[in-house]
Amino acid sequence: MEHRPLSPEADTRDHLVVIGNGMAGCRAVEELLARDPARYRVTIFGAEPRVNYNRIMLSPVLAGEKGFDDIVINDAEWYAANGIALVAGDPVAAIDRGAKTVTTRSGVTESYDRLLIATGSDPFIIPVPGKDLPGVIAFRDMDDVGTMLAAAERGGSAVVIGGGLLGLEAAHGLSLRGMKVTVLHLMPTLMERQLDEAAGWLLKQALEARGQTILTGADTAEITGDTKVEGVRLKDGTLIPADLVVMAVGIRPATGLARDAGLAVGRGIQVDDHMVTSDPAILAVGECVEHDRQVYGLVAPLWDMCRSLADGLVEKPSGYRGSVTSTKLKVSGIDVFSAGDFSGGDGCEDIVLRDAARGVYKRVVLKDDRIVGAVLYGDTADGSWYFDLLKKQEDVSGLRDLLIFGQAFAAGGGAADPKAAVAALSDDAEICGCNGVTKGQVVSCIAKGACSLDAVRATCKASASCGSCTGLVENLLALTLGDEVQSGPKTMCQCTSFGHDDVRREIVAQAMRSIPEVMQKLHWTTPDGCSSCRPALNYYLLCALPGEYEDDQQSRFVNERLHANIQKDGTYSVVPRMWGGLTNPRELRAIADVVEKYDAPMVKVTGGQRLDIFGIKKEDLPAVWADLNAAGMVSGHAYGKALRTVKTCVGSEWCRFGTQDSTGLGVKIERMSWGSWMPHKFKIAVSGCPRNCAEATIKDFGIVCVDSGYELHVGGNGGIHVRATDLLCKVATEQEAMDHCAAFIQLYREEARYLERTAPWIERVGLAYVQSRLLEDDAGREALRARFLFSQSFSQDDPWAQRAGGAEAEHHAPMARFTPQEEWA
Amino acid sequence: MNADWLDIGWVDQIPARGSRTVQVAGGDDIAVFRTAEGKVFALLDRCPHKHGRLSQGIVHGGAVACPLHNWRISLATGEALGEDKGCTPTVPVKIDGGRVLICRASVLKAAA
Repeated sequence: MEHRPLSPEADTRDHLVVIGNGMAGCRAVEELLARDPARYRVTIFGAEPRVNYNRIMLSPVLAGEKGFDDIVINDAEWYAANGIALVAGDPVAAIDRGAKTVTTRSGVTESYDRLLIATGSDPFIIPVPGKDLPGVIAFRDMDDVGTMLAAAERGGSAVVIGGGLLGLEAAHGLSLRGMKVTVLHLMPTLMERQLDEAAGWLLKQALEARGQTILTGADTAEITGDTKVEGVRLKDGTLIPADLVVMAVGIRPATGLARDAGLAVGRGIQVDDHMVTSDPAILAVGECVEHDRQVYGLVAPLWDMCRSLADGLVEKPSGYRGSVTSTKLKVSGIDVFSAGDFSGGDGCEDIVLRDAARGVYKRVVLKDDRIVGAVLYGDTADGSWYFDLLKKQEDVSGLRDLLIFGQAFAAGGGAADPKAAVAALSDDAEICGCNGVTKGQVVSCIAKGACSLDAVRATCKASASCGSCTGLVENLLALTLGDEVQSGPKTMCQCTSFGHDDVRREIVAQAMRSIPEVMQKLHWTTPDGCSSCRPALNYYLLCALPGEYEDDQQSRFVNERLHANIQKDGTYSVVPRMWGGLTNPRELRAIADVVEKYDAPMVKVTGGQRLDIFGIKKEDLPAVWADLNAAGMVSGHAYGKALRTVKTCVGSEWCRFGTQDSTGLGVKIERMSWGSWMPHKFKIAVSGCPRNCAEATIKDFGIVCVDSGYELHVGGNGGIHVRATDLLCKVATEQEAMDHCAAFIQLYREEARYLERTAPWIERVGLAYVQSRLLEDDAGREALRARFLFSQSFSQDDPWAQRAGGAEAEHHAPMARFTPQEEWA
Repeated sequence: MNADWLDIGWVDQIPARGSRTVQVAGGDDIAVFRTAEGKVFALLDRCPHKHGRLSQGIVHGGAVACPLHNWRISLATGEALGEDKGCTPTVPVKIDGGRVLICRASVLKAAA
């Protein structure tokens, strides 16, 4: 656009100069004109050679839904009609506060009475090699869109760095335009600022289903190419070919001009409640400012700021008090909404609704009976209602039970009692959508004797699938039976209405692959579970998907994360494996050396025939393991819900009573079963004769050797409630003993509940059941054994060796060290 | 170096739903947590119950479960949640350009 003649010098009104022709700058002028159109002579400087347009609509332009003309907010006529001089395509390069002038890059100087800085923000370009190659762009203005459209016309592959809103919109647009798109996101879930983990996971699934490749936890190392971009290399070595790279990792307030002019600048240009900077003649507004230590990157706060700014300019100051923000977006056609603080925390309560069939997730966070945050995915119709309640700080205790169902339901006829709402339903109203069960059918099934949730699920199938109507069925039980309702099976924890067995069955039936997926499909009522359900789900997935499931370290108890036993003073104890309780001088020397070198205050012989080194500091663990590994020893898993020890007596090789080689068999069994994760700890023993010196009859699996073969015992426990084993069977050969052992372990792994030892498990399911699986079904036993050995092929990796070699070093080292003399490491 | 705040590193050095520590000479460590939603909190690394290392606990929602006896401690206030009573001192934290800053005065208090 041509430079327009500046306003005539005869104009004696105060001159307001605006730096920035974007959304904030123009909106501020609009607000001013609405209050007092004649008060100021206005000149606007813009860096882009075009009129004011709606930057947040760039995505629809990229996606082909809109053209540039559709997103123009103020056209050339608007500037003319309001007597505004626009200098477009010639950005201001300097401010001279003493002379009260601004000078553009081409050298035009203009004086001001009031100056408004609305420079917005700049895209953040991550400082990696190759960032300046042709074909690497940001997604900020119309020029970037032009570059993307040109690239899309040539086809090929695009990599978008950044899985925030902007990145995903760029990816969506490029994908619609036919490019093969890969999104790289540093964080574990997409859009982590706007969405919680559960919603982020849903979004990832949906985008992948639309053909995009989404890599989370992806850290860019460099952009490759000689004369133009050819690919992106990640820190883990992966190379992704790319003809176009879009950097959308974030924005930074554009504060350079203000900083050079000596204004107070923090993260943004610092302003007071009237948007006045440290210089009273200069104001600032929009994404470039910092108000009350907050910087905003959304449109709504910007509108609030512009109102306060204009009030101040016409000397009717109102004052900006900061904004509570909400985000309501369509990401690739998927509705998402978030508002307020959804990080939870003290005194906060979550109300969660998950509808797996519709792909809906809703979460409202309450504190002191008021909404403080909300995340909606898939159905955002009630977003504005929640946001309204949030901003008004309204007491929602009266609506609480129905809040999550939305405004229409909560307001419907004042039926604040969910039981009354269910009572009011007609007999042919559908209760369970999955199985098509009506209220009448549920009630008649209860009348015929189904007096618990479980019984209803078993007879008419209501709430037996996705479980989202569990509450409705429970209300019907209460309405029909009053106090005679029998409580159902114990749920896994307070995060779910399902018991362990239901969860496990569904994980396998629906082939679930991750903890967030289980939580979504089974309608968890908390966003990321608790310290009870997370370790259980992690185990169930690990057991169901050997070799495929990626262990979630953050869902493991500390001992299993650090591969040592935490002690009450915060130090750890370390137990190396001694196969069958055997050791040798080399191992003993290595242990003695470790005790001296790391100043361990105590060494103890354990009940499982090995040595426990006490008082090791967390940061010394990798070095201790390296020393023990060097002597040939591996982790004893004394810390895990896992195979612990195989205790043996000396057997026929030395003992005058020994009938078989119990030591040799113990070593073989330990070699077969070490490293396997279990529902709980698992102990094995092999005694060489019925005198049973290895105490095999109080172990989870015990072998007592006799002249004619091997007695196999199961389900013993030497804990609080001593339980002697049950005799499973007798076999003739060592190989049969080992095969039965493997099959028994796998049956326990697949069917016991997490944290259930073999003793209570066998009492629950009955010895006869275990025998039917292991003795009466040879093919079934062989299949169990094969599944155990398959799973073992992935788990017999010494976790100590991996960590001594440097893996997960961050678990052991502090992030920083501080001494009052300020020495940092 | 900023006078009021100590820069201890990048946010992404703390695993999501996890924790790292800052070692303070002559005092208790400070545990710095990051929740699933990316919020960062810091507490003295000491459970009010039996002084368990909170940095080693499972982080869920806005709380951490102490590894010793499963007390749940609020990350925002340091208060024990549920039936348990007790409080762990909090350390003010802020994030600036991806860097984690913790309050110097609180750290000095921990070292004293």
